[in-house]
This record gives sequence, structure tokens and C-alpha cells, in this order.
Amino acid sequence: MKRIVTSAERVVRFYYDGFRSMSWWGKRVWLIILIKLFIMFLVLKIFFFPDFLKKNYKTDEQRSEYVLDQLINSK
Amino acid sequence: MFENVDLTLVDWSRAQFALTAIYHWLFVPLTLGLSFIIAIMETIYVKTGDEEWKRMTKFWMTLFGINFAIGVATGLILEFEFGTNWSNYSWFVGDIFGAPLAIEGILAFFLESTFVAVMFFGWNKVSKKFHLVSTWLVAIGANLSALWILVANAWMQNPVGMVFNPETARNEMVNFWEVLFNEVAVSKFLHTISSGFLLGSMFVLGISAYYLLSNREQLLARRSILIAGVFGLLSSLLVVYTGDTSARTLAKAQPVKFAAFEALYDGTQNAGLVAVGLLKESDRKIGEKGVNDFVFSIEFPSLLSIMTGGSKDAFVPGINDLVNGNEAQGIMPVSEKIMRGTRARDLLAEYKAARQQNDTERAGTIAAMFRDRDFADNYFRYFGYAFLNKAEDVIPDVKLSFYTFHIMVMLGFLFILEFALALYFLFRGTLMKNKWFLRVALFSILLPYVAGELGWVLAEMGRQPWIIQDLMPVSAAVSRIPAGSVITTFILFAVLFTLLLIAEVSIMIRQIKIGPKH
Repeated sequence: MKRIVTSAERVVRFYYDGFRSMSWWGKRVWLIILIKLFIMFLVLKIFFFPDFLKKNYKTDEQRSEYVLDQLINSK
Repeated sequence: MFENVDLTLVDWSRAQFALTAIYHWLFVPLTLGLSFIIAIMETIYVKTGDEEWKRMTKFWMTLFGINFAIGVATGLILEFEFGTNWSNYSWFVGDIFGAPLAIEGILAFFLESTFVAVMFFGWNKVSKKFHLVSTWLVAIGANLSALWILVANAWMQNPVGMVFNPETARNEMVNFWEVLFNEVAVSKFLHTISSGFLLGSMFVLGISAYYLLSNREQLLARRSILIAGVFGLLSSLLVVYTGDTSARTLAKAQPVKFAAFEALYDGTQNAGLVAVGLLKESDRKIGEKGVNDFVFSIEFPSLLSIMTGGSKDAFVPGINDLVNGNEAQGIMPVSEKIMRGTRARDLLAEYKAARQQNDTERAGTIAAMFRDRDFADNYFRYFGYAFLNKAEDVIPDVKLSFYTFHIMVMLGFLFILEFALALYFLFRGTLMKNKWFLRVALFSILLPYVAGELGWVLAEMGRQPWIIQDLMPVSAAVSRIPAGSVITTFILFAVLFTLLLIAEVSIMIRQIKIGPKH
């Protein structure tokens, strides 16, 4: 158990030191990554990209029924 | 075709997907190629103990890191689009598309959170060998990550290893290995990653040329040119070889697309490969679609027949043969495929009606038919043709296919020449005397990006009207959502990706100007 805790501490320390001693460009790209992920997952995904079938149909049966209709009647 | 589908919606959905895929592909190939170049440099450092190689590795790793970080997760937007804009498609493909993408997601996550971190944070904290192994694992992992995406894409070009289940309206994977080793997937993967290696090499060559032109970092530049020259030359030869095998597989799996590459309308034996050509509209038509004729062309005689059929007597079908059929060559006309596809679709409608009437026996019989290999190969295989109105709907934009293909090929040969010249001037010690070449090399950083994007335009536009070859046209795949919302997100993406690109280029230029640390 002690070994696992020590290993975990070393891993955490590794990342902590890595982020702390990051260069100018490293800090800049991390900022960009965080802004990008925020826009993608908390703005685009939630407000603009709902899953069409999950949003409009509750069960898989209803979804397959809808797609079946689309496949049969799309002409 | 598709009278009841809003073409504005289809066009905007396609435009949005194209925009996001094109931007995504600006980041990916540099990761694929530069990661291997860094791994080679670090290997030399570990073998020789020469600190200059370490400095070089760290410098190129910085540029790799900027590109990697800005590009990371841009591909996820494509997955958002599948669920929102392409829901019919996403449902229809079932786990065949989902499984490779899930593997890619898991692989990418573990790769990024562990070995990339060791690459950047691990200098002086882990052993030299462990660091080197991590760098190689990043390079291999990034390329394996691309494999799964390309397997998914290749399935769309050549659907194999699945059976359609009418009960769920989904295709179900029955043979994972057939999907993985789909011949289109194998050639596509090798062609794509080798083009990434080429792009990475040209990037290193171009920036090294910049340092030589600025009279800075002479040793770093020369050594980098050595690595980029050798790796780039081998990669560009591999690109040509895999491009050739790719074209051969396309000739079988997507013959109309292949004929469009060459603007070959009338099939023939002794078919020549067009090296250069100029097209014009002709008076001839196939159905309602105009035909393009050559104003002029320079051909390698018989080469197309030899490449596709192994001999100059091999018949290469043209668009006309593939649309109207050619009995002598055993080519089925599209009209027959439309009838077979319609038969499969009618049977699906019958299945639905039987289920609604609780006629389980009839529904079960039809479901069994869809599982039957013979029915799958002779009827369901042409399911997508049921959505077409006219045989000529299967013809893609021939002019676009022809020009994108030929520009891409010409660029491919130019890259071979450039890498060969770089090595020649390097070994002769005349790089500085040939400043014109250094300027060309610097400018050429952009060209592999152009070639790569053209390759994707060709792959995706050349297979129109299909989203899944012969099974589903794009118009049947699109979600019935308001076109206005797709236009809004198109503009949002255009802004977001352009900002990301500006950020990447400006941070990268700044780091290049600063140069490696002393």
C-alpha cells in the first residue's frame, strides 16, 4: 500500500513539476487548449450539437423506427 | 435526385464537415511525420551522447508540441457533427464506425496523458532510455491512432465485414479483421501516414533552410537537413508506391471514382495514363450530364492498363461503361443496380409492414434474407442506388477529380526531386551556394499541406454521391434539421479554427525566430 502511495505521489509530483517549470510557449498553448476545450464541450456541444436522435427519440426502438422510415421513404 | 431533401441543408452539412476536416488535417500530418523525425534525432543522441543532437531534438520537439497541442481534439468536432448533422448515417453504420473511433479515442487519451507528458516533462527526470522509448511510443501511437480513423473512413469507401439488421436499421460488424484489413484501409493508411512523414520532412527541411539563409544554427540546420532529406526521400518514394497501390484498389472498389481521376469516359484496352491534360466541355452527354473532352493531353501509352490489369491488353472501364454497362466486359449498368437496390428497399418496407401487422413469420423470413450472403452480395450491396433517380447521378465532378489528382501527383514527384537535391547539395557541401534552393525549400513547407488536402478532396469528392459506397448517398444520410443552424455553426467553426491556426502559426514563428536554446 505504501509503495502504491509513493508511486502515486511521484506521478503527481512529475506532472506538478512539469507544469510549474513550463516555458512561455508551453503556458501559452495550455491556455489555448483550455479555451478550446471550454468552447468545444461547454458551448458547441451543449448548445449547437445535440445528438439528433437522442434528443428527439427516447428509446433505441424509436430511433431505429425513425431511421427505417427515412431509409424507406427518402425518395 | 432526392426531391424531398433540402439541398441547402445537404450542401451546408457537407460544407461544414469539409471545413472542419480540412482544418483538422492541417494539424494531423505534421504530428505524424515530425514525431518520427524527433524520435530518430533522439535515438542518435542516446547512441552518440552528442549534446547537439539533444538540443536539436528539443528544438523540433517544441514545434511538435505547439502543433500537437493546438490540433488536439479538433477531430472531436467531426464526431459532434456525425450525431447532429448525419444522424441517419451514424445510426445506419452502427458499431462499425463507432468501434474504431472508440479505440482511437482511448489510445489517444492514454498516449497523450502519459508518453507525451514524459516527452516534454521527463528530460532529466527519467532515464535517457525511458525517455527515448516514450518518444518512439508517441510517434508509433500517433500513427496507430490515425489507423483507426482511416479504417473507419475506408469502410465508407469499401463497406465490408458487416451484415444489415432490418430490426435495428443498423449494419452490424460480423468480421472485425475484414474491416481492419479491408484493402482500401491498408493502402489508405500507408499512403496517408507516408504523406505525413513527407510533410514533416519538408517542414524540417524548410525551417532548416531558413536558418541557413539567415546564417544561424548552421550545424543544427545541416544535421536536420540530413535527417529530413533521407526520411523525406524515402517517404516520398513510399507515397508514390502507396499511391499506386491505392489507385489499384480504387479501380476495383470505386471504379467510377478511378475513371474520373483520369477523365476516362470510354473504356479501352491499352489505356494510357494521362500525365498532363486540359479539359473542356464537350457536346456529348451521359444522360443529362455533360462530358469533358481533352483540349490536349500528354499520356504514357498503355500505362493505365498495365497498372490496373497487369498488361497492356487489360480493359480499363470508362465512366460511360460503368454508367450504361458493358456486357462484353461483364459490367452491370447502373439501371440494373437501381432495380436491385429498389428490390432491397422494397423488401425493407415489407419487413416494416409485416412487423406493424404482427406478422412475425413474414418479418422473420425477410430478416433472414438480409442475413443471407447471396442476397447481401446481389441486392443489399446496391441498396443506395434505390435513392437515385438517374443512372448518371453516380458520376462525380470529373473536372475536379481530374485536376486535384494530377496536381497532387505532380507535387508528389516534385517532393522526390526536392529531397534528392537537398541531399545532393548537402553531401557536395554546396547548400549555401544554392540559395535559390534554400528559398524554394522554405516556400515548399506549404506544398505538402496543399497535396494532402487535395488528396482528401479527391477521396471524398471523387466518391460522390456516396457517403457509404453503393449503400447510402449523402442526401439520405443527413439529419432533417434547419439549414440555418448548420450555417450558424459553419461560421462559428470557421472563426474558431482560423483563430487556432493564427495562434499556432504565430507561436510557431516566434519559436522559430528565437531558435533552439543554447
